[in-house]
This record gives sequence, structure tokens and C-alpha cells, in this order.
Amino acid sequence: MRRLTWRPAELVDGSAETATARTLRFRVPGWPGHLAGQHVDVRLTAEDGYTAQRSYSMASPADGDLVELTVERVRDGEVSPYLTEELRVGDQVELRGPVGGWFVWRTESKAPVLLVGGGSGIVPLMAMIRARRQAGSRVPFRLLYSLRDPERRYYAEELRRPEPGLDITYLYTRSAPEGVSRPAGRIMLDDLAEGGWPATFEPDCYVCGPTEFVEAAADLLLALGHAPERIRTERFGPTGG
Amino acid sequence: MSIISRGFRGKRRDDGDRVPPGQYLVDDFPVLSAGPTPRVPLDRWEFAIDTEAEQTHRWSWEEFMALPSETPTADIHCVTKWSKLDTTWEGVSLDVLFEDVETAAEYALVYSYGGYTTNLPLEDLLDGKAWIVHRFDGEELEPRHGGPARLIVPHLYFWKSAKWVRGIRLLNEDWPGFWETAGYHNYGDPWREQRYEGD
Amino acid sequence: MTEHLDGNALAGPLGEIFAVDVTSAVGRCASCGLTGPVASLRVYGPDPGLVARCPGCEEVVLRLVRGPGTAWLDLRGTVSLRVNLPE
Repeated sequence: MRRLTWRPAELVDGSAETATARTLRFRVPGWPGHLAGQHVDVRLTAEDGYTAQRSYSMASPADGDLVELTVERVRDGEVSPYLTEELRVGDQVELRGPVGGWFVWRTESKAPVLLVGGGSGIVPLMAMIRARRQAGSRVPFRLLYSLRDPERRYYAEELRRPEPGLDITYLYTRSAPEGVSRPAGRIMLDDLAEGGWPATFEPDCYVCGPTEFVEAAADLLLALGHAPERIRTERFGPTGG
Repeated sequence: MSIISRGFRGKRRDDGDRVPPGQYLVDDFPVLSAGPTPRVPLDRWEFAIDTEAEQTHRWSWEEFMALPSETPTADIHCVTKWSKLDTTWEGVSLDVLFEDVETAAEYALVYSYGGYTTNLPLEDLLDGKAWIVHRFDGEELEPRHGGPARLIVPHLYFWKSAKWVRGIRLLNEDWPGFWETAGYHNYGDPWREQRYEGD
Repeated sequence: MTEHLDGNALAGPLGEIFAVDVTSAVGRCASCGLTGPVASLRVYGPDPGLVARCPGCEEVVLRLVRGPGTAWLDLRGTVSLRVNLPE
């Protein structure tokens, strides 16, 4: 390994993920590759030298010198409004990474996987789903995706396509679409008992989302008997967006 | 040399000559924290001044609220480069709290509920330069901004204005506080841009 | 409201200093003795500095301040770090 440095990154593609989120693809010359679940730090510098910096999870596994992020626009934020509304193809930012060796899924892993995502916490989990597909892994995956309403769904088209070995349960917290029997509400024990794996299967659990969601979901997994060392968590911050 | 991101400005306003070097103005009131927000019930709240001779002066919330109060207006400057002008507070001047305190100490270590500490020369707390405040902008001081009561020392960077203040220990020798032992400047004068150790 | 992040947020800032990923290292809290990955710490910040607290006792186990050209790293709240190294 090596110590981290900032690299120039050029936007090569940007597309709306939802009304408030945008998927950005950057070309980063010399990018060393990364593991599913890792994140990057993004730095913006104004003409007078003022800088602002945030962390974002990568949404896709390694693909040459391309790095893909999905950014949720935070109201009154400083960096996310720029990345989602202002940044155009050909513009440059600086990027540092990949970082994080804890919240990662490796394609050679054999244990079943439970992914629990809240809101934009789906992003690093999507990188794991895509890495599984890219590697032709047959490890069974289950995804519980908690979100406010159907309009907030990231990667909607891609997740709608059936994929052998990947089961998805959507948990709507504010309003569920027609035909969904589960009443809208926060994640509960039954959701994880029904949509997850029994603890006896010893799955690797990955939980990502806002701090309160992660703490609630991780507590429920412990209550269901999952071993603490098999529960990996990543919290998304309230810091400034 | 950094890459400049076209059109990026950040959330800043133009600054004037009331803003120290390297600072920019904000309209909101950013919250920075080094730990969980302490919740202090008023019936258990107290403020203390401990002298170098081990004498302690204590005030309960009722006693503190019975002291003569002032409504200072101040410009505040955070070491993370935001400044906010004309903030309005209500509280008790440290001059009032020190009225009956006998001391020859030169240094003060301010300590808070939650374990935070910050140090400064005692003279920077006196002569109308510092207050223990319990109201901000006409409202009760919110816990995230340091309520029920915080110190304000507006002429120094705002990390010296300890939230959730619990007391002041007077010392013959300087005792660096939480940020002062982790790279930040020991004194922290915004007009001399004393941000980090060695500035 | 909970205000903290977790130790995953230290990966970038510590990656400037160390050549290995410290967030997957297992640390021991100097205050209560709890062990666990650095990624599981409660992290406050990033400004004015990163403050990592033990999820068991909330004492400070690591502090990191980044100034121009300098980083200050305080590990007095950590007894030890077990770092996995590639052979």
C-alpha cells in the first residue's frame, strides 16, 4: 500500500438517480482500483483557494480508472449541491482514495451476505451487489433497503431485473406503493427476521445509512443472535452535506 | 497546487473589515462537537470557581440566575474559518462571578459537563471580556449550542468559549486544554490568526 | 439526535499518515479495556478535529487535527492497535 494523495478527477458522465440524487462517473488517471464498499474523499477548491471536503461511497466495483459515486443533495449543504447541480462533464474535482478496509466485501468470500441499507446507505451495498455479479460469485445475497417512498429508490431499473441469488425487500418508512402489505414504518425485528438470514447461517451483515438507522438495525441483528463480529456498519453523517 | 473546481464558491458571503484574516461570514450558526451533547438538568446544574488555594465558590442555577445579567452583542470567530457578526447573548459577566474570589493565579482552565476543557490567561476572562450566558438571540440557549449555559470569550477563537460550562479552575501554571493539547494554538487570537501550535 | 459518525470516516485522514488501513485494525480502549475495530469507534468532527470515542464508555481514544502541512495525532486513549499486514 501507499500513503494517500489527492488526484485530479474529471467528470465523464452524470445522470439523475432520483429527483435529489445524481450518479457521477469520474475518470481518475492512475487510479489503483478498489474493493466494493470502500469510499473516497472529494475535495473542491474555489478560485480564491477556499476548500471543502466530503466522503462518498463508491457505487461500483473497480473498472479501470473510472470511479462512480452517487451523491444525495443535502439541503443547505455545501458540497452536495455543487456535485448534483453545478458540476458538468469535463469539470474537475480532486479525489483521494480508495479508503476504508473494514466495510468491504471481497469476491472470494463464501459466507452468505445480508445487506441492510437506509436511504443513500444503499450506495456501498450496490457496489457489493455489482461486484458479486461482475465476479460471477454464487454467494447468496439478501438486501433490505429502507427508504422513505418509492420515488427515493436508487438504481431502480437495475434492481428491478431479477438476479439469481439476490433477494430484495423494500421497507418504506413514509409511504408504500399500492399492493405492499407492510405498513410504512421504520425497520423492525420482523423485517430482519423475514428478509434476512437466520443467525445460524452465519451471514456477513453489512449495515449502512444514517447513524440512527444503523444503530437500530445493528441492535436488531444482535437481538436476532447475529455475532457482533459479523455485523459491519458504516454511518452516514450529518456533517454539512 | 490544487485543481480548481469551476464555479465552486461554497456557502460564503463577502467579508468586510470586521472579519479577521482568513475568516468568512456565515448567517447560520454551525454546530461543531467533540462528543455527545451533555444533558444537564437545571436542579443538578452548578457552576464553580476553584482557586489555586483550593477554595471553591459555587452557584446553583437559582443563585446564578439571581445575579445581575448583561446582554452583550459580539462578533464571534471560529477557528474553522467562519465568523458571525452581532450575535446577541444574555448572561452574567465573569467580573460579577469573580467579585468575591481571592486569587493571585495567572491562568484559568475552563471545564465543562462532558469533559471538555480549554485554557486561557485569567486576565482574558476579566474586565468585560467574558460572560457565562444562558440565552442566545432572545431564546434559551439550546443544548447543541452549549445550553443550559456556556462561556463566551468573543475576542478569542470560539473553541475557547466552552459549551456546557461547569467551572473554572485557577492555576499558577498554564494547563493546556482539549484542543490546545491536540495541535491548536495555546492562546488563539483571531486577529493574529493563531490557529495552530506554532502560528 | 445522534451526532456522530463512525471510525470508517477516519480512513482518509489516517491514510495520509499511515501506509496501512488503520480502520480495520483492532484497538483497545485505555479507559475501559473494550477491544474492537477502529471502524466501530464513534467519531465526532471533522472540525475542528476528528475525535474518536469508545462505543463502550465514550472516552476519547484517538484525536486527529489536520493543519496546513502538519497533522497532530493523539493516541493516549488507546492501549494498543493490532494491525493485520499482508505477508
